[in-house]
Amino acid sequence: MIEVKDLYFVYPTGVEALKGITLTIDDGEFLAIMGQNGAGKTTLVKHFNGLLKSTKGEVVVDGVSTREVSVAQLARKVGFVFQNPDHQLFCETVEEEVAFALRNFGFEENAIKKRVDWALNLLDVTQYRQTSPFMLSGGERKRVALASVLAWDPQVVILDEPTIGQDHQQKEKLRQFIVQLNAQKKTVIIVTHDVEFVAECNPRVVLMTEGKIVAEGLAEEILTNQKLVAQASIVPPQITQIFLGLPDLGLPTNVIDVHEARRILLDILEGAPHEHV
Amino acid sequence: MSMFEGFRFRRVSSVIHRLDPRVKFFFVCVLFVTAILFGKLPPLILLFFVPLPFVFMAGVQREWIRSMRGALFFAVIIFLFNFVFTYFYTQYPQVPSASLLERSLAMTLRFLVLVESFSVFFLTTSPDHLGLALEQSHVPYEFCFAFTTAVRFVPVLAEEAQTIMDAQKARGLELERGNFLKRVRNYIPILIPLIVGAIRRSLELAEAMESRAWGASEKRTNLYVLKLKNTDYLLAFVSVLMLIFAVYVWLYVPIPSLTTLLRL
Repeated sequence: MIEVKDLYFVYPTGVEALKGITLTIDDGEFLAIMGQNGAGKTTLVKHFNGLLKSTKGEVVVDGVSTREVSVAQLARKVGFVFQNPDHQLFCETVEEEVAFALRNFGFEENAIKKRVDWALNLLDVTQYRQTSPFMLSGGERKRVALASVLAWDPQVVILDEPTIGQDHQQKEKLRQFIVQLNAQKKTVIIVTHDVEFVAECNPRVVLMTEGKIVAEGLAEEILTNQKLVAQASIVPPQITQIFLGLPDLGLPTNVIDVHEARRILLDILEGAPHEHV
Repeated sequence: MSMFEGFRFRRVSSVIHRLDPRVKFFFVCVLFVTAILFGKLPPLILLFFVPLPFVFMAGVQREWIRSMRGALFFAVIIFLFNFVFTYFYTQYPQVPSASLLERSLAMTLRFLVLVESFSVFFLTTSPDHLGLALEQSHVPYEFCFAFTTAVRFVPVLAEEAQTIMDAQKARGLELERGNFLKRVRNYIPILIPLIVGAIRRSLELAEAMESRAWGASEKRTNLYVLKLKNTDYLLAFVSVLMLIFAVYVWLYVPIPSLTTLLRL
């Protein structure tokens, strides 16, 4: 469990990035942190594995304050996949890349081999085992970076902007993958402004603006609240926009799921009264 | 790193910032030459105070102090090397003389004067201005461009290095662990992505520049043209006077050392 208690963070340049964040993330939860650029999303999650230490307030992971332990100790529990895979790939082969963190954490050679096999298979990059990570495409590099974090099986997985630079198919794979992780009782935290992706996943959403949390709740509550999304400089999912733009039809305004929208529209076309679930 | 901090330009305006970079550079060079000419302590002490009015007029005291603090480490090394080696070479096993102490101090102060004057120049001159100055001094445009781009990308690279460090720490890398060799090796996961990134970025930049017709016209004109103003002429005049005075003193005036001065 991650508890954030009245967290303030000021960068050495004097920029106040977080202003009194209070948040509780339960074990096995799926959370999306959304908001405009510079809202403090990445700054917030960097506190979860101790990369940043609070200026005021504290962050407690599994009952231990992040101030009291090293990043390496916290990283064992909290895996963090950075936005740009090029910021971490450096080994000669994909295999070595995935084994890097395992070596840092002091796994046995046998266990390392098993875990590397497992992670490569999981992210569908086994065929690139002996390839240099620099020769891979952007999407593949991103998967290798993800594999290199999942290899040590952290309890919490943080993904910073996981959908940037991914095509539709990869995004869908990523979504299924996150659902799968979540089903294994892993806590998954994504930082994103990809509204459509969040609408498809329907996690709990934390909306941030200017270093503060302005709203939290289910995706269908937050993303369909026009006032809130405007405040955070994002737009509702396209399907919601269509429903909001047709007020005369008496459509529900809290729909974010395409399949649900289709059912409602079909009901209307067939003249049957619909019931929004 | 803090010594380099003191060389980073911050966008503010003052009389000193508005001076023509060519003249400012000439002034700094005069200070440089003067510091090299004199090896005795009294003129170097005097020289140390010359750039101070510029620091205060430009309002960059804090940055300047930071750069001096950064230079202090090297200053101490220079002092120790001069003192220890000269002592063992010339005076051992007698007690070190006062003149040896003075000479070592003078060498240290010479270094500080050099850092001080160049730091004033870089703190008050924007990279754009510097590029412009190079260009109008008939340096080929390709070189000017490469130079200004390199200067401009320093903070970008510094930021990227920080991100890479974070990314590797998040994968359990502990930079401060192990003996000296291990620690050096710990930086490989930082350096490789940084270098690869810089190369990739430069290729991208080259493509972006070429697609915007970089180098298409032989004769380039500038939106801004550097023109000498009255203050620039004044500084140039003062610099020339200083240089003449310094050379004259160096040639004809015997300079007493501080020890003899104190004895009088």
